[in-house]
Amino acid sequence: MKFITKIKNILLVIFATLALSACATQKKAGMDGDVYTGKETVEYLASGVPDRVFFATNKSSLTTAARETLRKQSTYLRKNPKLNITIEGHADERGTREYNLALGERRANAAKDYMMTYGVSGKRISVISYGKEKPVNTASTPLAWSQNRRSVTVKVK
Amino acid sequence: MKKIIIATPILLFLSINICNALIKVDITRGNLDPLPIAVSPLHVDPSSTDHKDVKIKQLGEDISKIIEKNFKSTGLFNPLKKDAFVQKPDIAHLKPRFEDWRLIKAQALITGKILVQNDKLKVEFRLWDLAASKEMRALAFTTTPSNWRRVAHIISDKIYERLTGEEGYFDTRIIYVAESGPKDKRKKQLAIMDQDGANTKYLTLGNELVLTPRFNPANQLVTYLSYFRNLPRVYLLDIETGIQEVVGNFPGMTFAPRFSPDGKKIIMSFAKDGNSDIYTMDLENRVVERITDHSSIDTSPSYSPDGKYICFNSDRSGLQQIYVMKSDGTNVKRITFGDGLYGTPVWSPRGDLIAFTKVRKGKFYIGVMRTDGTGERLLTENFYQEAPSWSPNGRVLVFYRETKSGSQGEGFSAKLWSIDITGYNERKIKTETDASDPSWSSILSK
Repeated sequence: MKFITKIKNILLVIFATLALSACATQKKAGMDGDVYTGKETVEYLASGVPDRVFFATNKSSLTTAARETLRKQSTYLRKNPKLNITIEGHADERGTREYNLALGERRANAAKDYMMTYGVSGKRISVISYGKEKPVNTASTPLAWSQNRRSVTVKVK
Repeated sequence: MKKIIIATPILLFLSINICNALIKVDITRGNLDPLPIAVSPLHVDPSSTDHKDVKIKQLGEDISKIIEKNFKSTGLFNPLKKDAFVQKPDIAHLKPRFEDWRLIKAQALITGKILVQNDKLKVEFRLWDLAASKEMRALAFTTTPSNWRRVAHIISDKIYERLTGEEGYFDTRIIYVAESGPKDKRKKQLAIMDQDGANTKYLTLGNELVLTPRFNPANQLVTYLSYFRNLPRVYLLDIETGIQEVVGNFPGMTFAPRFSPDGKKIIMSFAKDGNSDIYTMDLENRVVERITDHSSIDTSPSYSPDGKYICFNSDRSGLQQIYVMKSDGTNVKRITFGDGLYGTPVWSPRGDLIAFTKVRKGKFYIGVMRTDGTGERLLTENFYQEAPSWSPNGRVLVFYRETKSGSQGEGFSAKLWSIDITGYNERKIKTETDASDPSWSSILSK
């Protein structure tokens, strides 16, 4: 009997561990992994054309959602040939300042390169990195950081 | 199956233990026995005449207080309270009654004399070994009265040097970024102050974002990043004249600047088309040289004091690590292989160590390692801290630390801190405003 309860206890511990690890990988609200998927901070260049895309920690690769947004932006820009844009690259506050400046530049260029493959001339796009200097959400939470890891397309007036 | 179950908790346990072992440096602080030292007020010669902006009567007392504050800040000395002093400053300065000073448990005594006349401040001071009943050091010099704080720092340096055998670091300044306003609309200005926080001056108005100022070896020039006209570029500022100029003619962002040890070049990153590489520009002939050529991010370069090597930050292995190369860009070697990310490498002015920021499991550490990456020691752990800068004697690091902020960004602050490379003596440096990106000058009086 004692042996069985022991096994039961061990099994309970195992299940608890599994449940905990499941929690860790579970989707947080508005996030896929650590990439922001919500709409909270998003503004629009035109109806149905979001102005920003989001990145994973330390990454500058474009997610499926980011590509979709950038394709919409490209279509919009092709329809408005006189419009020029600046793409701002940003990082969250959880990295060293100088590396974040480089990372923001890489993110902005990832967005630019993708839009160029969708027919927007590189001459119409300038990029600028702000590193971690301009957070859109000032909280120190994983959600805020995911909203700050972004590139934002801004119309040049 | 059973083996796996057993193995998992052990692994976890091990990693926790490693973590504890690294922080231990912190816990064992305060074991040092600071040397009891008596700093007698400097005797003011009664024939001194008044001088604008300087209170002659209190000057001897004021100078001795700054010396005491300097010594206390090292954690190596314990300046004794003046109420217990038994001899008048002028008599002690001639020849102390050693047994009286020994009675209050002092092991060293500093005495001095000042005279202000004809717009000149004459200073002399002596350091006495009380156990051996001997004078250890005596020096006299002349300066202008408005320099009286520097007089205190120079005396501190000389005595520190005599007692520790190390170069001092008190007659120095720190340049940094003064921060104010809400977290998403920070106003940032270049600011300069004495090492002890006195004499703060603001060098820019705060109209544009400025970051990462660094002194040249002669402490007259500063290189930094400015977003003037919304174009992030490396600038050069002459502190005396206030003249600013862009460094080089790059068609994109330049950032992470530092001077070469001879002050003739600026080394920095240039970012273009999503790729950051390291370049130098010669300040005399304006020749630009490319040092790294890699599709990854290469940034935060810092020369070895002999100018032969450069340490820098790169993510060519996938994530941020520290590398060392020859100053012509050849022989690139990765030196960090530990668990976590490494950034902001800075070569010690002694040449023996590299200070860095480490990010591991959501915590930020300031640490030092040998220049081949061995002997890593983490000095301090916090929610966020980075950007170490060396004291000129290679004994102390200054860096900045940011606090966690609430849901509306409230509670956010950025402050300067210093810590000895032994891991002892962590201190907040008082600044008029919030502060970040500190850079320590070399000794001014050299």
